[in-house]
Amino acid sequence: MLDFSFAPGTFWFEAWVARFSLLNGLWVTMSASALTILFATLFGVAMGVALAYGWWWLRLLARIYVDFMRGIPILVLILFTYYGLSLFGINLPAYWAGVIALSAFATAHIAETLRGAVESVPAGQMEAGKAIGLRFSQRLRYVILPQALRRMLPPWVNTGLEVVKGTTLLSIIGVVELLLTNQQIVARNYLIVDFYLFAGLLYLMINATIAWLGARLERRFSYLRY
Amino acid sequence: MADDVLLRARGVRKSFGAVEVLKGIDLEVRQGQVVSLIGASGSGKTTFLRCVNLLEEHDGGEILLDGEPVGYRTEGGRRRRLSETAISAQRARIGMVFQQFNLFPHLTAEENVMLGLTKVLNKPKAEAREIATHWLSRVGLAERRGHYPYQLSGGQQQRVAIARAVAMEPRLLLFDEVTSALDPELVSEVLGVMQGLAESGMTMLVVSHEMLFVREVSHHVVFMDQGRVAQAGPPEAVFGNPESERLRSFLGRFHGMFGI
Ligand SMILES: Nc1ncnc2c1ncn2[C@@H]1O[C@H](COP(=O)(O)OP(=O)(O)OP(=O)(O)O)[C@@H](O)[C@H]1O
Ligand SMILES: [Mg+2]
Repeated sequence: MLDFSFAPGTFWFEAWVARFSLLNGLWVTMSASALTILFATLFGVAMGVALAYGWWWLRLLARIYVDFMRGIPILVLILFTYYGLSLFGINLPAYWAGVIALSAFATAHIAETLRGAVESVPAGQMEAGKAIGLRFSQRLRYVILPQALRRMLPPWVNTGLEVVKGTTLLSIIGVVELLLTNQQIVARNYLIVDFYLFAGLLYLMINATIAWLGARLERRFSYLRY
Repeated sequence: MADDVLLRARGVRKSFGAVEVLKGIDLEVRQGQVVSLIGASGSGKTTFLRCVNLLEEHDGGEILLDGEPVGYRTEGGRRRRLSETAISAQRARIGMVFQQFNLFPHLTAEENVMLGLTKVLNKPKAEAREIATHWLSRVGLAERRGHYPYQLSGGQQQRVAIARAVAMEPRLLLFDEVTSALDPELVSEVLGVMQGLAESGMTMLVVSHEMLFVREVSHHVVFMDQGRVAQAGPPEAVFGNPESERLRSFLGRFHGMFGI
């Protein structure tokens, strides 16, 4: 399998030759993941608050959105955003279509986790906030969300891991991310096992980093015990 | 009518679904007075306090704080609910201490006290910290100001909660069985703090099962029974001369704790 000699046809040589495409693929995967996690966190937190505290019609809309998004395969969502929207005259670059689709998906997951986290904060916290005269938005910001965000850290990390893995699906609409880069390299040199193993290890490393960051954050918030 | 009436409740009614829990409560708390609410479990004491602090909305009657209706204004003879901002402003003038402390677990003792000072009263951080230090010392916890709630005992947490409420300089402080969740040996440190507040002239409405404390500290005792005020008066009268069988049997449960 892994051959450590450095000559054409060996893994290390081929990887060296393809180093710029590999770096580019890595960058596309990482940036798409990071953007998705960023957007999904912003929108997901807002939607989670709407699910927990919104007016009934807002809750209903958010609920429909969340259940819909969680019920369809991500791939369908990606294909729709890229090909489907172009039928309506909206032509997004593949990269952005992919990021939007992944964000739409992850938003639903984060919204649902945030709603759960918010509702797991004891009712007495809201009441204590009321009792000192905090307005609703202040209670949310200074009392409820700090506790809810801490509680949703583990599932949030999970969503992040899913997002990274989900970026591989962008290869289907032609985004040259890490997986498609490797496919293209393999098509030239047939080092199938080596390059897919390599790709797998890179994904593993990205996700290990995310998990590690998550664990560090969790430790930072360890004072939040009950 | 004396002008020093701070809180006046008239005919306050409250139902949960079909169950009427408060059936017309009349009650007055004067400036600087300690009024205690006693009564059996389920008689509506907590519900009444929650109505005063707008954690529940009363369905009928009126609750006036400084002569101003709490929770609504009357417009052309009709009651209209106040805005969130106005309700928050009213709540800020009433402090509340809960049975379960309800400290903010993500904030230190000091930050718990400072939150309302900086966000509601808009005090600068430095001033808020000074006030927090002052009140934490008053409840004997100056040394613990950097501790998170989980690092404090129940009695210490409850004292922080009292400091948090009183630091806002409320017109009225509500206490709802604040020692009921505490281990017996921690009760007296909290009651001591409350007694100190009472002596310094704080106006307090206290729900408590600590009859010795009630008798010692209250100016006025209100016995609630099944959503009504069954007897009210100075502690000597309520404890010494219970008019109803129900009050006698209620007090009988505490027999031996004091000489009746
Ligand atoms: N949110 C609610 N929904 C329905 N019923 C309620 C609610 N809160 C209180 N009740 C009912 O109202 C009645 C009065 O309750 P409340 O808590 O005011 O009594 P209490 O005098 O404080 O009793 P305790 O001494 O046990 O604290 C009880 O029968 C209770 O079950
Ligand atoms: Mg009660």
